Amino acid sequence: MADRYSQLINTPVGKVLSKQLGLPSPVTLDRYSPGQPVISGPVLLGAAPGGKLAKSVAGVLAAVGAQTYTALADEVRNAAAAAGLDAKVFSAEVAPSDQTFKALVFDATGIASSEELREAYAFFHPTIRRVRTSGRIIVLGASPENLRNPRQAVAQRALEGLVRSIGKEVKRGASANLVYVAGKAENRVDSTLRFLLSPKSAYVSGQVIRISASPRGGEAIDWERPLVGKVALVTGASRGIGRAIAEVLSRDGGHVVALDVPGQERDLSEVAGLIGGTTLALDITAANAPVRIAEHLQENHGGVDIVVHNAGVTRDKTLGRMSEQLWDVVIGINLTAQEAVNAELIERGTIRDNGRIISVSSISGIAGNAGQTNYATSKAGVIGLVQAYASPLAKTGQTINAVAPGFIETQMTASMPIPIREAGRRMNSMSQGGLPVDVAETIAWFANPASAGVNGNVVRVCGQSLLGA
Amino acid sequence: MKSNVRRVAVLGGIRIPFARQNGAYARASNQDMLTTTLDALVDKFGLQGEALGEVAAGAVLKHSRDFNLTRESVLGSKLAPETPAYDVQQACGTGLEATILVANKIALGQIESGVAGGVDTTSDAPIAINEDLREVLLALNRAKSNAARLRAAARLRPQQIVPEIPRNAEPRTGLSMGEHAAIMAQEWGITREEQDELAVRSHRNLAAAYDGGFLDDLVVPFLGLERDQNLRPDSSLEKLAKLRPVFGGEAGTMTAGNSTPLSDGASTVLLASEEWAQAHDLPVLAYFTAAQTAAVDYVHKREGLLMAPAYAMPKMLARAELELQDFDLYEIHEAFASQVLCTLRAWEDPVFCQERLGLDAPLGEIDRDKLNVHGGSLGAGHPFGATGGRIVAGLAKSLHELDPARSGRGVISICAAGGLGVTAIMEAPSNG
Repeated sequence: MADRYSQLINTPVGKVLSKQLGLPSPVTLDRYSPGQPVISGPVLLGAAPGGKLAKSVAGVLAAVGAQTYTALADEVRNAAAAAGLDAKVFSAEVAPSDQTFKALVFDATGIASSEELREAYAFFHPTIRRVRTSGRIIVLGASPENLRNPRQAVAQRALEGLVRSIGKEVKRGASANLVYVAGKAENRVDSTLRFLLSPKSAYVSGQVIRISASPRGGEAIDWERPLVGKVALVTGASRGIGRAIAEVLSRDGGHVVALDVPGQERDLSEVAGLIGGTTLALDITAANAPVRIAEHLQENHGGVDIVVHNAGVTRDKTLGRMSEQLWDVVIGINLTAQEAVNAELIERGTIRDNGRIISVSSISGIAGNAGQTNYATSKAGVIGLVQAYASPLAKTGQTINAVAPGFIETQMTASMPIPIREAGRRMNSMSQGGLPVDVAETIAWFANPASAGVNGNVVRVCGQSLLGA
Repeated sequence: MKSNVRRVAVLGGIRIPFARQNGAYARASNQDMLTTTLDALVDKFGLQGEALGEVAAGAVLKHSRDFNLTRESVLGSKLAPETPAYDVQQACGTGLEATILVANKIALGQIESGVAGGVDTTSDAPIAINEDLREVLLALNRAKSNAARLRAAARLRPQQIVPEIPRNAEPRTGLSMGEHAAIMAQEWGITREEQDELAVRSHRNLAAAYDGGFLDDLVVPFLGLERDQNLRPDSSLEKLAKLRPVFGGEAGTMTAGNSTPLSDGASTVLLASEEWAQAHDLPVLAYFTAAQTAAVDYVHKREGLLMAPAYAMPKMLARAELELQDFDLYEIHEAFASQVLCTLRAWEDPVFCQERLGLDAPLGEIDRDKLNVHGGSLGAGHPFGATGGRIVAGLAKSLHELDPARSGRGVISICAAGGLGVTAIMEAPSNG
């Protein structure tokens, strides 16, 4: 639900006021509801010459039934035809000024030098002002770290600056994201493209996502219920973001094992009851918690496919005033417990093939935050966890990723002092806070069996917050 | 029953110069123009008093009294009154469709000779009485008592005097053909410059055809007009660039210069079996060898109104086992410059050819120097029913004059209202 300022600004009087006074004017972001098409509006697909993703992207656009346009350039038309995409023609030269797009998708993999970045300019210059409310800008590049040619690597790295700036320019709830695709991962873009095109990524902007080659993925999938037959463990599932995660994973067809501390059992049962999941009440910091979790999953479900480490606490104090106990509690719950549970599940082989570990980090863990040395340390540690495990897990066809939420409207943020809360809400490209479901949708994208190439990513769900950019 | 299919010979054709609306032919009726053009054909081929297999012709804009327009024209002509005739009406495809009908009967041996033609006047257009008034008058006519007559007459209103004037709009979309073409131009990214270039070429090629004598035996003067009234030999990009857009809004690319004007005129073509041609000592200019009509769903599937020829062509090519590049001459009716350019672009586009036409690869580019070499509708004007005959007669003569070393094939493509498209192939006698 929109906050009060957003409600006020979106009244007729509020709109006039915000324009006159230059106030931030948040729009009501598009959000997903089941049965909706992936994207509701025309998509413009462009490609720099010599790129290698246009066909894959066209294939995804065809599969989601997107009404697609391309320039009348041989390469991109051939790619569309090869992918079975009945793309219409867009010519900026003759298009009326009111022709707009829900998404601009640009394959930049062909850009091999800084001069050729001009291709990106040429695509976006005449089209960027044609992006609709809650629109999408998606740029696909080649992972710079894998490129041998330095000029190509430089040009590809440069795309980050372009995309992040576009994110700040587009306004009206539109997002801009960059997807770096490694060689041989061209056919692993579908789950990521679908996520970024759809309202599921409402609060994800200014992000750089890396897709690597994977032996997994590519299997036939029911995109409406991609998690059918999957078992997901969600910690901290009784309320807030955890509850939203449980709901979304269940909506996607997964069986959710909702975990929280015994004190939260009533809320936990309510969540599990609503989504047809099961509960596991225990304290994850207890010494026997990892074993109990592993045994529970093994005995009741024969293993687990998706592990979501959402449980977390804050105990804010500046470092000089912080007691040892406040430090230990936060590090223990937010980081050490995750490490222990992961170690046990991996050791026992409880996580199945094409399994997922997904952690909840925070922009505090990226940017740091006064009064949150303990919390930020734990959340930065979570990022370290992702980075440390990504490569070894990839060998077994599993992935580990993290979301880093920004300002999300929860009970926790509702209790903040007003100036801090308002600053958090407005200091981002969406001029509003995100919702728990935005974090949950991002996690569901990581969890998707087709996201096998999405590994070692930390994706912020922050509306492109100014913090820690 | 014998079912041998025979070769159909095109012996030639003739037309009157095309006039602009309310120009030289402002007072000429469809019947005047068609009869005159039939007689010109009779004179050209010495057919006085001859009973032909049939005459098929038609007009798009017709008075209700012209229900038998072609037969009435035959009766008024120098042909034998025993020549059967019927009307054909397929919007701008009328003339070419009439040619296909006559050709098919000849091919099947049902007739030995025939004339195909077409005519239209936008000046002497039918104006119907107001629809409300028509209902009142019909009610009056049905009334059996004075009281009933009075009741019906009481429904008369002054505003019913406003007549029904025919509109150049698609009944199912309410958009004029030009507006539809503007949508297509935009959908295919056709620029103003490209359209103006095509228009200039059309005028220049037509002017050259007159100056070089190519049209001497194809056009017969009528009501003081010797050349097409619309022709601007001095047409130039600079002049066309000054015109304001008329379709597609202020930022549109379509002007009166790169769209055909409303016009008046008529054309006829003589077709026959080879035996008949030989018996009459008339040389065969070309053979009419293939044809295809197609239609698109411009209402629900949102295909461009004038894109049907793009669909007809590959079907015809497949049956004829030919490629789009296997022709020496391309006659694409220039209803609007944008229509021609959209069609060519569609044939070059991998997406359109694969997704819409179901082909493995694009039909590809054509050599633009072989396109409408003696001018097109942009220069000549476009009396709807008469355009097909103009093109068939012109292409037959061009093929006849071709260097025998060339492939000797020509292809015709005509778009029509209602999402229709008509295409045909003609071949020079030297071509096997």
